[in-house]
Amino acid sequence: MIELTNVHKSFGKVEVLKGITASVEKGEVVCVIGPSGSGKSTILRCINGLESYDRGDILVEGARVDRSAPSIVAIRTQVSMVFQRFNLFPHRTALENVVEGPLYVKKEPRAEALERGRALLAQVGLAEKSDSYPPQLSGGQQQRVAIARALAMQPKAILFDEPTSALDPELVGDVLSVMRKLADDGMTMVVVTHEMGFAGDVADRVLFIDGGVIVEQGPAKSVLNQPQHARTQDFLRRVLHPL
Amino acid sequence: MQAFWRDATEFLPILMSGVALTVIVTIGSLLLSTALGLVWALMRVSGIGVFSGFSAGLINVIRGIPIIVLLFYLYFVMPELGLTLTALQAAILGLGIAYSAYQAENFRAGIEAIDKGQIEAAQAIGMGWWQTMRRVVLPQAVKIVLPPYGNIMIMMLKDSSQASTITVAELALQGKLIASSTFKNTSVFTLVALMYLTMSIPLILLVRHFEKRGDQK
Repeated sequence: MIELTNVHKSFGKVEVLKGITASVEKGEVVCVIGPSGSGKSTILRCINGLESYDRGDILVEGARVDRSAPSIVAIRTQVSMVFQRFNLFPHRTALENVVEGPLYVKKEPRAEALERGRALLAQVGLAEKSDSYPPQLSGGQQQRVAIARALAMQPKAILFDEPTSALDPELVGDVLSVMRKLADDGMTMVVVTHEMGFAGDVADRVLFIDGGVIVEQGPAKSVLNQPQHARTQDFLRRVLHPL
Repeated sequence: MQAFWRDATEFLPILMSGVALTVIVTIGSLLLSTALGLVWALMRVSGIGVFSGFSAGLINVIRGIPIIVLLFYLYFVMPELGLTLTALQAAILGLGIAYSAYQAENFRAGIEAIDKGQIEAAQAIGMGWWQTMRRVVLPQAVKIVLPPYGNIMIMMLKDSSQASTITVAELALQGKLIASSTFKNTSVFTLVALMYLTMSIPLILLVRHFEKRGDQK
């Protein structure tokens, strides 16, 4: 349902994506791993039009992603995004954050949106926090609200941009277990992450990206356990055995 | 001291008619400068080159012209170009335009203080530029902008006295007229100063309230 063909992207003189070709099928969980600065996040940001790309094609359900075209709104309502730093609206309660899109972008009836919003907060284990403001919540709780906000759009896919990187270690598990449940329910997910355990257990496929190109990709188990490429081997060794 | 109180009871009714005009000029130009300032600020942050360039240039032109010259221009020059304004209209328009530059810079600072991540989050749920402004950026920017806004209100109240230069009989001009016909300069201008101060105090307290509320968050 998401197809990237030879995608190039430069920031000024620095080319961060040097011809990315990849696809994500419906119901698939794809983890994107690689060193920082390799272009992982940029790929996600290009898929829902937060960044433009210079060359190539990105298609979501057959529609070309063009961030300056009106069609981008329809794509963004189908492909939600969860950010590293949560990016909740601090002046609105957890529930208001969740129903913001359904109410004001999709113009759903209020009662219906609120009911689903409460159900989603319950699904991420935060039913009792619906009236709290983001600054009153822990990082892990904020990220779970952000996941509920992404789900509220009833998306066909969710993009996760290092969803646990800004969390204290003891809060990571709560967020990952919510994500694992989503994967089990058949949600299409693209996850940029450094959590190799999560990638190994939950992902159908893993893409290893370095220097703006896909160095290696394949079933999660084989990429993580028997990496073929020297750079993948080196990266995994550093991540898994930092000392 | 007794003489002062006698003068005060005598002059106060006349000065009060000046206060009424001072308040009208201040509120009128406050509303106008707020509306214009918001337009300039939104143009400035729109990300559209023509708009932001126009807004930046306009703000600098306005900032570079003394208020008094702007008032003279509107009141004395515009009639020659076929647009005759009453003194009150020219005063409100002139002060409103002059202050719109400061309002715009204040609003822009408030808007730019909002975390970019929130703007991306709004875009990611499909919000357009204007909706992002209205639902996400402006409600938060208001809190940042309020304390400086209060200071601008105080400055406008005092600068409304410049309307006296184009014959608006507000507080300062009424004072000057009474003083020049009675020669009681001390009583009259002390009264005028006290009346400006009296009007400023509620605004000063308001600013303090805004600042305290800002600290709590």
